[in-house]
Amino acid sequence: MNMPRSISLRPFILGAAAAAFSLVVLGRAQAGGSHHFPPVVDPLVKEECGSCHLAFAPSMLPASSWQRMMVNLKDHFGDDASLDPAVAAKITDYLVTNAGDRGGQRYGDKLLRGVTSDRPPLRITELPKWVREHRKVPDWEWKHKEVRTRANCTACHVDAAKGYYDD
Amino acid sequence: MTLNPSLSALLGCIAILSLPAAALAGTREDQLAAYATAARAADPAFAGFSPARGKILHTRSFAGGKPDTPACTSCHGSEPRGAGRTPAGKAVEPMALSASPSRYTDPAKVEKWFKRNCNEVLGRECAPLEKGDWLSFMLGQ
Repeated sequence: MNMPRSISLRPFILGAAAAAFSLVVLGRAQAGGSHHFPPVVDPLVKEECGSCHLAFAPSMLPASSWQRMMVNLKDHFGDDASLDPAVAAKITDYLVTNAGDRGGQRYGDKLLRGVTSDRPPLRITELPKWVREHRKVPDWEWKHKEVRTRANCTACHVDAAKGYYDD
Repeated sequence: MTLNPSLSALLGCIAILSLPAAALAGTREDQLAAYATAARAADPAFAGFSPARGKILHTRSFAGGKPDTPACTSCHGSEPRGAGRTPAGKAVEPMALSASPSRYTDPAKVEKWFKRNCNEVLGRECAPLEKGDWLSFMLGQ
């Protein structure tokens, strides 16, 4: 009487193990580890922040950084990116709401480790965690004609526009 | 006589739908006309825009702007019907109207990029004559 019972349990145990495994994997995929940063979805922000470079994910910087950046678009890393004030205000609102220490906290938390609020960083590529993650990239790769600048995420991270920076 | 409600609704829809199309078709011409008015105000001898001058403006190098972008073609590429590339690696759709048929339908967008890019390349804003020359060159490409 005992034998058939233990045999009939086996598929359930296997099934439970498979379900637990896929839950872990799916959960990780959903959270994206520490390498998923949801891309900009707002069409206005996509257009205005994504013409010259990839529209960087708002969760990659804290709210104070976005605020500091958006008040000086006339000198945007040396380029004139000035906008109509009403448009700039809408964009600031979106970036701040989804910033790495606000709505986008669960994505930006790890990247923003070690960032102090006294002087908010403007360059994602100067975040301590960013520098650590890219320390093994040799100089010649940065200078490659398909890369040329550290702001060109998509040159190496092929799915960066979709928010994935795993490779 | 009164119109059938569904027929009048249909006519209303047609009227509304045909509005943007008509507005779009005239936008490029309107913007060119506005540049022409401004060019004439600056110089009474203004005798129309020249696509040939626009081509020269697009391809020549300037010393007044940023050293890494001396010409329009630095980012837009030398072929107007081909795509360009920004310094940060983003592709720029071709500037020639024949290759990018949806271009130049938003005057504010055109002005925004003239302002930014003329400052970057020439180190100053472009004059209405230059904008009109350049635009008429691209519309004919």
